[in-house]
Amino acid sequence: MKCKTCGTKAVVNMPQHKLAMCKEHYLEWIPEQTARFIRKYWMFGPDEKILVAVSGGKDSLSLWDILIRLGYQVDGIYIGLGIDEGIGYSDTSLRLCREFAEKNQQKLIVVDVKGERGQSIPELASNGSRGRMKPCSVCGVVKRHEMNRIAFEHGYAVLATGHNLDDEAATLFGNTLSWSKDLLLRQKPVLPEQNGLARKVKPLCRFYEKEMTAYAMLRGIEYIYEECPFSVGSTSIYYKELLNQLENERPGAKLAFYVKFLSARASGLFKEDDYQPIEEVEGQIGVCSTCGQPTTNSGMCAFCKIVTFDKKDE
Amino acid sequence: MPVTFVLREKKHEVKPGSTLMDSLKKINILPESVIAVKDGEMILQDEILKDGDIIKLVSVISGG
Ligand code: SF4
Ligand SMILES: [Zn+2]
Ligand SMILES: [Zn+2]
Repeated sequence: MKCKTCGTKAVVNMPQHKLAMCKEHYLEWIPEQTARFIRKYWMFGPDEKILVAVSGGKDSLSLWDILIRLGYQVDGIYIGLGIDEGIGYSDTSLRLCREFAEKNQQKLIVVDVKGERGQSIPELASNGSRGRMKPCSVCGVVKRHEMNRIAFEHGYAVLATGHNLDDEAATLFGNTLSWSKDLLLRQKPVLPEQNGLARKVKPLCRFYEKEMTAYAMLRGIEYIYEECPFSVGSTSIYYKELLNQLENERPGAKLAFYVKFLSARASGLFKEDDYQPIEEVEGQIGVCSTCGQPTTNSGMCAFCKIVTFDKKDE
Repeated sequence: MPVTFVLREKKHEVKPGSTLMDSLKKINILPESVIAVKDGEMILQDEILKDGDIIKLVSVISGG
């Protein structure tokens, strides 16, 4: 296969776009396309301060790399989850984020959950006030809360995450299987800012996971290849594999599933009025009594419930 | 000599002379889920695999 631009040997092939490219042209194409999607979905302007959530994985570090190359003012945030499980998962991922930041002379904000709240994610999961929870449920709540907090405290207008198309398609698949209307309404490349919460954007939402891996490899980005031990056997991985089976038989099926969902909702699949800012979901303005973030709970938000129980207990 | 695929710690062997795409099919790996690397270079589905080739497969799926 030959590069569509220069005719030399291609290293990346994207059947869904009928497009193959050499290394040089692929590494130009990805930031160009990212810039196109940032504009298309009105993600952010050139002067906005962006915080990118990095995990040490290929997607988030590539996103950081691309935004730097596009000339944005973009700092990183890393949430230290304290996951070791015998492979030093969190230590390695933090080291890779630090090295990336240093090499690119960028600012990395590090929030260490155990250092600040006394317990790591696995510990919070086994000692929570709501009984034993799955580490991923605790992890999701904690990450979201801490990213919102840092964005607010440091004045970032935009919080960017490295979700790729496979992530989005797998989530969409899950939400469609259960027809979770609220979750479907929330699934957008951009969630507007609301009540002190930063705007959330997903600039990589149109790239396949394979394309992001190729980008990271070709750019020489050192990322953590090991998965978080708690992701083994997760539903999202299972859905991704199912969608890849479909993709192998029908190139472009994954992309169409997601993109056609976006256009169907834009043309009225759902009443957009049904989308409600989080604090109005239950017809009440909810603000956490402890940390002040918007919440659908009365009293404490989910995050504060998870972390304060343990303090009382010590 | 066979063609050897290495995915994480696992090794798979196939006969040479087929394309990457057909060889992956034989060992039940979805081409969409991996990137194949030979001698440090990424290779594509139409590449014919030869005697003694060692192909590293990089898994692209991450979860959680
Ligand atoms: S797999 Fe679960 S515990 Fe691990 S980082 Fe993802 S959400 Fe957190
Ligand atoms: Zn080229
Ligand atoms: Zn709170």
